[in-house]
Amino acid sequence: MVVRAAYTFALVLAVACGAPVHAAGTLNIYNWGNYTPPALIQKFEEQTGIRVTITEYDSNDTALARVRRGGHGFDIVVPSNSYLHFWIDQDLLMPLDRAVVRGLDNIDPRWRDVDFDPGRRYSVPWLWGTTGVIVDTSVWDGDIDTADIFLDPPEPLRGRINVIPQMSDVMHLAVRAAGGEPCTDDREVLQAVRAQLDRARHHWIAIDYGTIDGFVAGDIAAGVYWNGAALRVRLARDDFRFGYPQTGFPIWMDNAAVLADARNPEAAMKFIDFILEPEHAAMISNFARYANGIAGSERYLDEVMRDAPEIRVPDELADAGRFSVACPREVHALYMRIWTEVLR
Amino acid sequence: MADTGRSAVTRIPGFTAAALLTFVLLYVPIATLVVYSFNAAPSMSRWDGFSLQWYEAALQNRQVREVALRSLWLALAAGTMATLVATLAALATVRGGRFRGRTMIHALINQPLMVPEIVTGVALMVVFSVVRVRTGYDGMAYLVLAHTAFCIPFAYLPVRARLETLDPTLAHAAADLYASRVRAFLHVTLPLLWPGVLAGFMLAFVISLDAVVITEFVKSAGQDTLPTWMLGQLRRVVTPEMNAVATLLLGVSMLAVTAFFLLSRRRG
Amino acid sequence: MTAAQRRWLLLAPAVAILACVAAGPLLVMLVYSFLEPGEFGGVRPAFSLDAWFSVLFARDMFDPEIVEPNIAHLAILWRSVSLALQTTLVCIVLGFPTAWFIATRPRGTRELWLFLVTIPFWTNLLVRTFAIQEVIRNRGLVNTLLMQAGVIDEPIQMLYTDFAVLVGMAYVFLPLMVLPLYAAMERVDRRLLEAARDLYASRWRMFREVVLPLSRPGLVAGSVLVFIPAIGAWVTPRLLGGGRNLMLGNLIELQFGQGRNWPLGAALSMTLLALVLVALLVYLRAVDPDTRRRDHG
Repeated sequence: MVVRAAYTFALVLAVACGAPVHAAGTLNIYNWGNYTPPALIQKFEEQTGIRVTITEYDSNDTALARVRRGGHGFDIVVPSNSYLHFWIDQDLLMPLDRAVVRGLDNIDPRWRDVDFDPGRRYSVPWLWGTTGVIVDTSVWDGDIDTADIFLDPPEPLRGRINVIPQMSDVMHLAVRAAGGEPCTDDREVLQAVRAQLDRARHHWIAIDYGTIDGFVAGDIAAGVYWNGAALRVRLARDDFRFGYPQTGFPIWMDNAAVLADARNPEAAMKFIDFILEPEHAAMISNFARYANGIAGSERYLDEVMRDAPEIRVPDELADAGRFSVACPREVHALYMRIWTEVLR
Repeated sequence: MADTGRSAVTRIPGFTAAALLTFVLLYVPIATLVVYSFNAAPSMSRWDGFSLQWYEAALQNRQVREVALRSLWLALAAGTMATLVATLAALATVRGGRFRGRTMIHALINQPLMVPEIVTGVALMVVFSVVRVRTGYDGMAYLVLAHTAFCIPFAYLPVRARLETLDPTLAHAAADLYASRVRAFLHVTLPLLWPGVLAGFMLAFVISLDAVVITEFVKSAGQDTLPTWMLGQLRRVVTPEMNAVATLLLGVSMLAVTAFFLLSRRRG
Repeated sequence: MTAAQRRWLLLAPAVAILACVAAGPLLVMLVYSFLEPGEFGGVRPAFSLDAWFSVLFARDMFDPEIVEPNIAHLAILWRSVSLALQTTLVCIVLGFPTAWFIATRPRGTRELWLFLVTIPFWTNLLVRTFAIQEVIRNRGLVNTLLMQAGVIDEPIQMLYTDFAVLVGMAYVFLPLMVLPLYAAMERVDRRLLEAARDLYASRWRMFREVVLPLSRPGLVAGSVLVFIPAIGAWVTPRLLGGGRNLMLGNLIELQFGQGRNWPLGAALSMTLLALVLVALLVYLRAVDPDTRRRDHG
C-alpha cells in the first residue's frame, strides 16, 4: 500500500512539475477581462496549431506591476495608450518583427503613427473607445451628456449608480468636470473634486464592472461606463443610452504588444499579424463592442455596430474627448488618496 | 450528556426553534443555487421548468473543462504532499512525549490557519516573483507548494487525532517482533493509522479545491483554477451556467467531505 | 540514530515547506513595509517609515506640514473590526442554540447533526458566497418572496451593502462557531444540570448560572475562530460589498494593484496580522488557566 501511495505521489508530482504550460506551441495572452473573443482564439488555434491561454487583468497598474516583477510567463499584453510609453521605456516590449507582422499597412492611418508608439514599432491597435456615462432613459430622460449623471445625479438615479473600478478614468472625468486638466496637481481643483466625490459616492450603489443582468433587471440605472460595454447593455435592453460628458471625457486605445521576455515570440508575432486582418479585427469588435483601428474591418462588423451612437462620437462633442494620460507618481499618489476615500 | 427524555433538564426555551432555523438558513442558499442550476430560464427571476442546458453549456465550455481539471489535479497533488508531510510530522510530535521546540512546531504547523489568506497571498506573490526571475521556472510547482503549505494543518489534525488513540505498546510489541522499526511501522502502525491518513487527505483535498485567495495571487500565465476563474467571471456575468459550475464544485466537495466523515467515524 | 534525531528528521519536510512558503514570506513583507515604493509597484531599497505613517495618518493636501488622520484608512479599519465583531456576535446568537441542540440529541444522532453543520463549512467558500449573492440580490430569493407575499413593492437593496457583507460572513463562518461550542457542551455533566434545576427552578437562571459558564471555553474558541477569518476577509466583501465598503483585505490588494504602493500594502498586511495576534492573545488568556489545569490534573 505504501509503495502504491509513493508511486501515485511520484506520478502526481511528475505531472505537477513536469508538464510545462509553456511547451513550444503555447501562446499566453495577458489581456483585460471579457475582452478576448473565444471564436477568434479558436480560429487562430485551428489555423496555426498553437494553443492559446488567456489570463485577465483589471488595470494597467496590475498588468505593468506583474510583468515588471518578472517570471510571469506571458507572451502578449494589451496596455492602454497612456501606459504604453512606460512599457517601451522600461524595455518590457519586443520590437515587432516586420518579417512576420506584415499587415501593419492595414492599420487605419489615424492610428498608424501615434505619439504613444511612433511608427508602430512595438504595438498594434486592439480596440479603442471612450469612457462616459450610461443612463437608463426610462428612468431619467434629461440631458445625459454630463458628468453630473454620477457626480450630482438627478433624484431618480440616486442609489442606482454603478461606477467602474478604474481610478484613472473616474478621476479624469471628475477633474475635467471641475475645470482641471487631466493629471493636474492644482490643489484647489483637487480639493473641489474630493468634496464633489465625497458627496456623490453616497448615491452610488457599487463600484464594480456591473453585470448585464443588473442593468437589464433595473438594479443599475446609470453610471460611469465604457462605450462598448454600454453598447452591450443597450443591445440587451434598448432603454440605455451612452453619454459623452461635455466637460471632458477620456479616449483610450488598448494596444497588443509582444513582451520582451516572451517564451514564444514566434507565436506571438503570428498572433499580432493575425489580428491585423480586417476580418479578425472585426471579430474582436463584434465581441467586445468597441471600435478597432483596422481599415477595412467595417464590412465585417455586425449591423448594430456600424452607426452605433456609442461608437461614433457626435461632432459637437468630439472636442471634449482627450487622450487619457498616466499621471506622474506624486500626482498618482494624490489621486489614489482621493480614490481610497471614495472607496472607504 | 446522555439525554433521551423529551422534556429533559437540557431543554432551554427557544433553543430548539433557533437551532432548526439555523439549519434551514445554512441550507437554503445552497439549495437555491442548486435548484436554479436546473432552471430553463436564463434568469433567476423566473422558473421555466427543468433543464440540463446550463450543465451542457458548462461542460462544453473549453475553459471550464481546463480550469476544472487543473483544480482537481492541483488538489490531488497538494493534498497528497500535505498528507505525507503532515503524517510524518504527526508521528514526530505525538510519539515520544514532550520535547523542546514543541510549541514552536505547533505554531508553525498551524500558522496557515491563523494568518489571513490575503496576507499569505500577497507575501507569496512577492517572494515567488523573485524566485521566478532567478530560476526562470514558472510552472505549476509554485501553486502546488503554496497549496501544500496551506493544507498541512488540515491534514495534520485527523492524523494526529488518530495517532493519539493508538496504543503505543502495540508498536513496541511489534518492534520486538519485527526487529526493524520501519517494518513495525509498515505492518502495525500504518494500517491502524490509515483511516486518519485518508481522512487527512480528504480535508487537504477539499481545502486545496477551496483555496481561491492564495491561488489568485500566486498563479501565472494560464494557471487559472476553477475558483479563480469563477471569481473573475462573477463580477461581470452572472448566468445560470455559473450555478451549474458551482453545483458541480459543490458536489465534488460534498463527496470528499462525506468520505472524510465515514472514514473518521470508523473506529480502529 | 537517537530519538531526537529521528523526530527532527520526521519533522524536517513540514518545517522546511512551512518555513519557506508560510513563515518566510511574512518576514519579507515586514521588510518591505520599511522601504520606499518603486515607480510602478515594487520597492526601492531605501529605508522609509512613510508606509507605516500612512496606515493611520496623512498630510494635508495644501500644507504637507499639517498631519491629519487618514480618514479613508481609519474608516476601512473600523469597518473591518466592526464587521468582524458583528459577524462573531451573529454567529454566537445562531451558533449557541444550534450547538446546544446538537449536544442534547441522543448519542446516535449527534454525529449526523454535526455532519449537517460541517457540510456547508467544507464546501467551497466562493460557491457559498455566490449562493448568498443569489439569495439577497434584488431579483433574488428573499426579495422575490417578499414581493410575492405583498410585504414590499420594490426590492430592498441588500447586495453591495455592509449588511450583505455581514450576512455573507456570518453564513460562511457559522460552522466555526458551532463546532468548538459543541465540543465544550458535550463535556458538560448532565448531573450538574439536574442539580442546577433543583437549585434554580427557572430554566433561564440555569442557563445563566450553569450552561453559559460551562460553555465558555467553546464560546471563546469559537469567537476567535470566527473573528480571525472575518477580519481578514477578501472574497466576501469583494463579491457582496460591490467594490466599495472596502475591508482591510481589499485595501491591501488595492495597494498592490492600482495603488502602486507595495510598502503601504505590506504595512497594512502587518497591521492586519497584528489585529489577528491580538485576537489570539485574548484567546490564549481566556483559555490558558483551563488548559493548564487539565495538563496538570
